[in-house]
Amino acid sequence: MRDIGLMFLRAVRPTLRNPVMLIVGISQPLLYLVLFGPLLNHVAGGGSSWQWFVPGVMVQMALFGTSYAGFGLIPEIRSGALERLRVTPVSRTALLLGRVLRDVVVLVVQCGLIAALSTILGFRGTIGQILLGLVLMAVVGAGVGAASYALALKLKQEYALAPVLTSTMVPLMLLSGVLLPMSMGPAWLHDIARINPLSHVVDAERAIIAGQWHDTAVWLGPLLGVAVTVVCVMWAVRTFRRLAD
Amino acid sequence: MIKARGLARTFSVRGRPVEAVAGIDLDVQPGELVGFLGPNGAGKTTTLRMLATLLRPTAGEAIVAGHDLRTDPAGVRRRIGYLGQGNGGGSDQRVRDEAIIQAKLYRAPLRRVTELIEEFELTDVADRLVATLSGGQKRRLDIVLGMIHQPELIFLDEPSTGLDPQSRGNLWQHVRRLRDEHGATVFLTTHYLDEADALCDRILVIDHGRIVAEGTPDELKSTVSGDLVSLTVSDPARAAGHCPGATVRGNQIDFRVPRGDTALPGLLGDLAAADITVTSVQTHRPTLDDVFLTLTGRSLRDGS
Repeated sequence: MRDIGLMFLRAVRPTLRNPVMLIVGISQPLLYLVLFGPLLNHVAGGGSSWQWFVPGVMVQMALFGTSYAGFGLIPEIRSGALERLRVTPVSRTALLLGRVLRDVVVLVVQCGLIAALSTILGFRGTIGQILLGLVLMAVVGAGVGAASYALALKLKQEYALAPVLTSTMVPLMLLSGVLLPMSMGPAWLHDIARINPLSHVVDAERAIIAGQWHDTAVWLGPLLGVAVTVVCVMWAVRTFRRLAD
Repeated sequence: MIKARGLARTFSVRGRPVEAVAGIDLDVQPGELVGFLGPNGAGKTTTLRMLATLLRPTAGEAIVAGHDLRTDPAGVRRRIGYLGQGNGGGSDQRVRDEAIIQAKLYRAPLRRVTELIEEFELTDVADRLVATLSGGQKRRLDIVLGMIHQPELIFLDEPSTGLDPQSRGNLWQHVRRLRDEHGATVFLTTHYLDEADALCDRILVIDHGRIVAEGTPDELKSTVSGDLVSLTVSDPARAAGHCPGATVRGNQIDFRVPRGDTALPGLLGDLAAADITVTSVQTHRPTLDDVFLTLTGRSLRDGS
């Protein structure tokens, strides 16, 4: 635990020194909100489309923002900084989890900022419901971040990591109903989307923030999210432990 | 301090096994400054990385700083320091922050941070980001990070590669001090002959994953090829008769003897007794490059 704390401190320092990067990091979801959100006025059906769209944007941030985490590890692999840390007695798990913790904190802060800014557009939610929504995002972000680090360790090069991430994340996002309701599409597309655990996470995030506790998505989404994250983190921990092989 | 038996590492390259290190036996005593000399690809770095717990051996065993490499790598890590080929400081970290985190990871007292930053002349840049340091400064930070916990054994992987001559001389001083003042055992790899010659008490010559020779720099030079002696004499043909294996070039003769400094006085007496006038005497100590050439049939410079 102490090692995780130290590695978290080391990972979070550059961010604290340059908090503007946090704002730059939310520029893309902000663009989606301002330039894409208004298109949804007649789509979501009844009520404010913001209640429907803002939770989706949060999931998109958990997916995309955090999946780039691995890019931060590659310079450390290349320079020798990771190697230097590997020779210290620091726990291999902490080398991973310290970084993941930083990414989760950054993600939660960014999602919080997006939620706050969205109230200007008309988004509404109780603090409790939004906090619960942020917890779910933290869980998903941890899994995505861990997987991204494991991939970075295996691929070691930006040019190899980028296409792998894009080709995984884009279909995951398109099949999750982040941007438009999957029910608008043909039945086959809707069926594929149901297999994507992320679509259930998106449903859960919307239900939680809307306070629709009777919706089965409220427990199914988090359950799937936790399961996927546990698998990702276990895989990443294994990859870090086996670096010497 | 290090005892290794049959240490080997095989990599798989496109499905085919490639033997990088082919079973090495090593013994390093406490307080020694030992160098691993060989061309690129000889297996130096692979061996060093195995001993520093960064790479698991595919065969063999080793006790490093009192701990078993296979069963207790964490125990080894607590007792050793390591300077890799790259730079250990994260480029987006401040110098002092990296040193403090390193000290905390080893549970070393934080006063070491200030002491070492001062000793290695990094005080002025301690609050700067590592990315803004010069090559020599980064290397000095690596040394600070590597010895913050006063390790008994320090590994250095090609410590002076990429440094300008001045930083290189400076680094050599620091490496000697690690041993002389801090009492550490030092194990380094290099493909620079002058570096091995200037720094090491003992040299292990490695080629194709095997140790092909070992000894002090002087021992290696004398056992393998001997000193080259050149004499300018009045009667080269007759003089050559007194010097086994001599070759004649004009009125100069060249030959090798194990130790030129001890062989010459007697030889000059013999030549004077035979009425041969010697007008000039030159001896050349063999370089480690000569050693390497004799051992492997290849020049070290070709390999690097």
